[in-house]
Amino acid sequence: MRPRRAPARTVVTFIIRRLIGTVFLLIVVSMITFAIFFLIPKLAGQNAYQLASEYVGRNPTRSAILQVEAKLGLNDPIYLQYGRFLKGIVVGVHYRSGPSVTYCPPPCFGYSFRTGLPVWPQMVSDIPVTLSLAIGASILWLVGGVSIGVLSALRRGTLFDRFSMGVALAGVSLPIFFTGLIALELFSYKWPIFPNVQFVPFTQNPLLWARNLVLPWIVLAFLYAALYARLTRAGMLETMSEDYIRTARAKGLRERKVIFKHGLRAALTPIVTIFGMDLGLLLGGAIITEVTFSLHGLGLFTVEAVQNQDLPEILGVTMLAAFFIVIANLVVDILYAVVDPRVRH
Amino acid sequence: MPDTLLDVEDLHIHFPTDDGLVKAVDGISFRLDRGRTLGIVGESGSGKSVTSLGIMGLHHGTSARITGHIKLDGEELVGATPARIRELRGSRMAMIFQDPLSSLHPFYTVGSQIAEAYLVHNDVSKKVARAHAVDMLGRVGIPQPTTRADDYPHQFSGGMRQRAMIAMALSCDPELLIADEPTTALDVTVQAQILDLIWDLQQEYHSAVIIITHDLGVVAELSDDILVMYAGRMAEYGTAEEIFDDPGHPYTWGLLGSMPRLDQERLERLLPIKGTPPSLINVPAGCPFHPRCRYAELTDGRAQTEIPALREVAPGHLVACHLTSDQRRKAQAALAENAVEAPAAQLTQGEP
Repeated sequence: MRPRRAPARTVVTFIIRRLIGTVFLLIVVSMITFAIFFLIPKLAGQNAYQLASEYVGRNPTRSAILQVEAKLGLNDPIYLQYGRFLKGIVVGVHYRSGPSVTYCPPPCFGYSFRTGLPVWPQMVSDIPVTLSLAIGASILWLVGGVSIGVLSALRRGTLFDRFSMGVALAGVSLPIFFTGLIALELFSYKWPIFPNVQFVPFTQNPLLWARNLVLPWIVLAFLYAALYARLTRAGMLETMSEDYIRTARAKGLRERKVIFKHGLRAALTPIVTIFGMDLGLLLGGAIITEVTFSLHGLGLFTVEAVQNQDLPEILGVTMLAAFFIVIANLVVDILYAVVDPRVRH
Repeated sequence: MPDTLLDVEDLHIHFPTDDGLVKAVDGISFRLDRGRTLGIVGESGSGKSVTSLGIMGLHHGTSARITGHIKLDGEELVGATPARIRELRGSRMAMIFQDPLSSLHPFYTVGSQIAEAYLVHNDVSKKVARAHAVDMLGRVGIPQPTTRADDYPHQFSGGMRQRAMIAMALSCDPELLIADEPTTALDVTVQAQILDLIWDLQQEYHSAVIIITHDLGVVAELSDDILVMYAGRMAEYGTAEEIFDDPGHPYTWGLLGSMPRLDQERLERLLPIKGTPPSLINVPAGCPFHPRCRYAELTDGRAQTEIPALREVAPGHLVACHLTSDQRRKAQAALAENAVEAPAAQLTQGEP
């Protein structure tokens, strides 16, 4: 290997700089979330008792409310409350109510109203569902969308281009609860190729896992693939008219190499950005897809939490979704620096 | 016996568009020997770049219709298979482009881009190709080529990028080098260095060079022959001495008149050519230059109706103009006088 110390070092310092920024960003996110749930009600004139009443669930008794007020320390100064909130997420927190002490392990978002159990373990059990859905679909749409986009760009104006761009327009326009229901009706009920959509963990039975996820993957991927096909097509059309493509051809490179090594490489960079953001957003819960296919992932968890006005659950899922997006942002930035040398310097 | 490398005969490159047929190149012929340099001169849109891309076979995949003959070392390139032209491209004929920053890929190191050009045409390992790239960078005057090979194009200065482009073009030792406006995007101070470099490398490699430019100053030093193009056609073709010392076409007079010259004792006022180059869809009938030509009325209306044929005014010196040799001589004399009068007045004013 030839020595490439200098570029490697710039990438490493870039990543370290970004990591520090990410930690800072996560703290800001936690502050904003905390403010939405605890500070704004206070500013709006709610006292600790009223606030506590929202953390007891439906039809609370007065003693239960007072107990929660003391337990959550809602009378403490706001910075103490934030400190406890942050501490709970990072190292866990001990709740004292009278003689009994309960320990909420990290990351602690409090206790669900519905079940009275800590929020985090419940969310954790839903993460694999969303993860399976999002990652499977994203691979599908990335591969499908980009290849259709490249082909369309190279065959600009042909029947293939017009047809696929027409389908792409439909894909962008049709909502998932429409395409999803059609897919269910056709392939689960009329011709039961993928019957009884239900989540089976990958570790239990990979085959069944994949089979039960095929429909949601396709439906979710269709929407995004359409978008990515259009983006890739536009990007390829632009890069293929760049001067450096002419240079690559002037060298005598094979057209395939010109297209993929020189054209697609440059066209892909904006796609990488959008892909990271889309995936990060989906990891926080693919709400419509999960509801349509009754997949109990983070999306459905969110819907139920909102319906039950289960504030600790909403708080938890908000923080988790924000976490995914911030991390996706970080990964995108790092990928960008790896892909595009101009960003590093 | 001249050692002819490139023989272009009656080359036409047309592009059908929705607005009509664009005759970007319309009947160009020239011949280039090994070790010689041809300058192709003309304004933007005169078809000079289209000609060079046509020779390189880079119109493939566009709507271009190419007819005529392009013979490289006797081999016909018009109608040759794309695969065959691809083999020749980069190995026997290479090209340098106008803007070196946009012509280099921003995501790959300069060294790897040069090595890539070498790898396509030579069956060697990547290591050997890289060593060759470093060697080429050194030859075109990049200091510390071993470390600079790992730099990306944006880390190079404009002149160094053009040097890298030249290194890339010469990496396979091509017999024909086409430089399309190689200095237009560069600082004036760097321009001369790049032209010197091309000159030196041509002596070293004994290759044939085509320099395409809108700037007669660029070709003045370098070229053996000069082809002046206007609206896709040949206006004048001859040796550099003939074009500079005894130009025969009013358009060439215009180009020379609009160029500042330091090699003459008297200061001359610059004489710009009036008007703009014509659209290549609606080329003026007759002589394409007649709307901008101040001698058009001398031709009894032939300038407006008849396309001037190339006439030999001296052996090998071709001019496409309706003016008779008598008229031409008078016009040249008048031009010279005019040019003297005005600056003479300026000189006396400027002196204390």
